[in-house]
Amino acid sequence: MRVTEPSPCSTGGPPPTTLPTHRSCPFDPPEEYDRLREQDPVSRLAFPDGKTGWLLTRHQDVRALLADDRFSSDRRRASSPLRTFPLRPDDLQSRAGMLITMDPPEHTRYRRMLTRYFTVRRMRALAPRVEQIVAEHLDAMERSGPPVDLVRAFALPIPSLVICELLGVPYDDRAKFQQWTSTLLRLDTDEETALAARDALRDYMLGLVAVKRFHPDDALLSHLIATQDMQETPQDAELTDEELAGVGRLLLVAGHETTANMLALGTYTLLSNPGQLRAMLDQPESVERAVEELLRYLTIVQFGTIRVAREDVEIDGRHIRAGETVVASLAAANRDPEHFRHPEELDLGREPSQHVAFGHGIHQCLGQQLARVEMEVAFPALFRRFPGLRLAVTPEQVPMRDDMLIYGVHALPLTWDG
Amino acid sequence: MKIRIDHERCRGAGQCALHAPELFDQSDDDGTVVLLDAEPPPELEDSARLAAALCPNSVITIIES
Repeated sequence: MRVTEPSPCSTGGPPPTTLPTHRSCPFDPPEEYDRLREQDPVSRLAFPDGKTGWLLTRHQDVRALLADDRFSSDRRRASSPLRTFPLRPDDLQSRAGMLITMDPPEHTRYRRMLTRYFTVRRMRALAPRVEQIVAEHLDAMERSGPPVDLVRAFALPIPSLVICELLGVPYDDRAKFQQWTSTLLRLDTDEETALAARDALRDYMLGLVAVKRFHPDDALLSHLIATQDMQETPQDAELTDEELAGVGRLLLVAGHETTANMLALGTYTLLSNPGQLRAMLDQPESVERAVEELLRYLTIVQFGTIRVAREDVEIDGRHIRAGETVVASLAAANRDPEHFRHPEELDLGREPSQHVAFGHGIHQCLGQQLARVEMEVAFPALFRRFPGLRLAVTPEQVPMRDDMLIYGVHALPLTWDG
Repeated sequence: MKIRIDHERCRGAGQCALHAPELFDQSDDDGTVVLLDAEPPPELEDSARLAAALCPNSVITIIES
């Protein structure tokens, strides 16, 4: 096998950068992305494992990359821009069901099985149940009185409970899976601890799948067990326990951690823009646009997503070599002035735009319609219940999640006039 | 205006059904696109263009008349 090493002579341009991570404002991505987008939009990127790849910061390049089948989502050969030990699902057991790390046709098989459970119609039908869950948590906040940490009282439990009910995961187990998730998403977790959390989550899901085989319920995991995909050959028709556990933990992690952070960081953002918040509350039909704008503006998948070139590809005159890792900065793309007018401004009335907060291409977020319903219900309900809602600490005291793969706040202490 | 869809490319993200529900739905079997009206009335043409622009997999083609 011929191994192609990137030649430092052929690339030219400035020396490789490392992934920008320093923010000067908690609501804005690192300023370094603006400079890169302007001066070096396809930049050489140095990875912690010693390899060199690329960083894309322009909206059109990021979108094109994510829709380009010459780039693979298979992480087994990819470098991580942040860790020396990318948590590669490199053994068969860990890889089963992890559709975000797969290419067609493998990915297509899973996606086809799952998509019908996450359609616009099905997710809208969940709205009354989401409203009920939101109201229960608001009641509890009211009973306990101010101050509360919004993350613990509202932002984390609501999407956790919703995804548990949807999948058929016992909500009583939340302390366990929230802990494993947090360990996996923390940037400073060492390899041994991360692998232990990954395996614990997998074993938990395998145990749950075994229970569902004997005691099926009306939730998604049981439905998947019963799935007989007629379009597939018989050996592909049923999902193995490993595959079910993989799909289950992917949906569980993605289903609670992302929305939880949008709810807490979104609330903090809305509190910091009281005029726009009031306008949103005065016009209930404006909430949908407001949610899209918060998704764009905050882009909580803060370090972007990665692809590996399957062949040599040219982007804007730069030669990407087969095997190199390319990081697509979703946060930089969503602040690209070539695509968004005044991208640095929060504009809750912004026209629908091609933001890439949910990604783009075949891997665009499976659960995005659920996330929208949860946010569209939760934000107005929270601010209507507590009109005087405000920070109980100074902005400098709000602990930001710079140290996590998913951005947000670790805690959001709030108070109101009780 | 005419709308064409390349069903093979669809992965059911739902942008079309979200932004132009009068023109697009999602199948109960696999969540992929169902085209409800291939020749939208003038008042829905903007929604059709938006759905095409937001589709993550370039499933929707708009043929302007």
